[in-house]
Amino acid sequence: MLDESKPLFIAVAEQIEDGILDGTYPEDTPVPSTNELAAFLRINPATAGKGLNRLADAGVLVKRRGVGMFVTVGAAELLRRRRRDDFARAYIVPLLREAAHLGIDPENSPR
Amino acid sequence: MTAIETRNLTKHFRDVAAIDDVSLSFAEGRVHGLLGRNGAGKTTLMKLLTGQIFATSGEMRVLGQSPLENPQVLAQTCFIQESQKYPDGFRPLDVLRIAEGLYPAWDQELARELIADFRLPEKRAIKKLSRGQLSAVGIILGLASRAPLTFFDEPYLGLDAVARRLFFDHLLADFADHPRTVILSTHHIDEVSNLLEHVVLLDEGRVAISEEAETLQNAAIEVSGRRDEVMAFTAGADVLHLQEIGSLATSTLHAEPGSVERARAAGLQVAPVSLQNYIVHRTTAAAAAPVA
Repeated sequence: MLDESKPLFIAVAEQIEDGILDGTYPEDTPVPSTNELAAFLRINPATAGKGLNRLADAGVLVKRRGVGMFVTVGAAELLRRRRRDDFARAYIVPLLREAAHLGIDPENSPR
Repeated sequence: MTAIETRNLTKHFRDVAAIDDVSLSFAEGRVHGLLGRNGAGKTTLMKLLTGQIFATSGEMRVLGQSPLENPQVLAQTCFIQESQKYPDGFRPLDVLRIAEGLYPAWDQELARELIADFRLPEKRAIKKLSRGQLSAVGIILGLASRAPLTFFDEPYLGLDAVARRLFFDHLLADFADHPRTVILSTHHIDEVSNLLEHVVLLDEGRVAISEEAETLQNAAIEVSGRRDEVMAFTAGADVLHLQEIGSLATSTLHAEPGSVERARAAGLQVAPVSLQNYIVHRTTAAAAAPVA
């Protein structure tokens, strides 16, 4: 369920980010608590908490004392902007590399 | 805060050093994995820390004090032994009743819930329980005692997959609600790796690794591809394992910053190395080292 190739807390953070981007967690609504995430993902609560804190540090989530973590207003746009920057590195570069392996010329893409 | 601290702890059985100059520290409120092959000294270390046997030399502090004959420390410690013996004629019911009086933080409601979940026949003589059911008795004791310091020595023995999952989920849920220090010794590393925060690997009585689980989970990578390209990439690197087949090779090596990117740029496939595989590589590599 989690991306094993990354540190666990980053995979947790990215999963919450995905939820924000696809509308599972609308802005100004709460995300699951540390313990809920830990039980659901079967990971240590400290790791789950680290993932949530990473998002709080990035301004994607905001802590409300005694209530939990909420999605910041504008979080989806913030994430979209950041992920667009990563898009080329994560998807386009490997795509071009594989194309080169296969002898596909990007200028004359196959049908 | 530190739950356990040992300095140069050593235990000899005749001329064998079961625990050899072990200096370790276990932080409070975390889940620690105590790993190692059979005979590595895991059980001996836990017996020393719970005052069941005496050290040959060295020092230890458990919850800030010496555990030896120390009721204050021992009342806060729960040690679930792999080969726990119970008095003749005892039933799980009797064990749990006694445990209730032994552990100040005992939770009877949790114990009842666990008995139901594990489908433990509480009125059957312990002698007649299966190995898995015997393990379940220990697990129920370990969880319901809510001891600030809990040792589980191979709690999985004989448990089926459903029961192992039950243990994992209950431990996680109860640890989340009632944080405490847990030391978990098991060979089922893959099943618990996401639960561990800190890992100690013992090898022939010595500390081979004492490290954050997260660091270990990213400590090594596996690169594969054409043999010459793999060799070129791994030249000078700290290689843990190499496997070759025909013109292909797969190499497990210690990751350095940027290793993944460089391997991909060199046209190699990169895969993460699980904690279990890393531990296996580190153990066999250590065992092979004196010969090489």
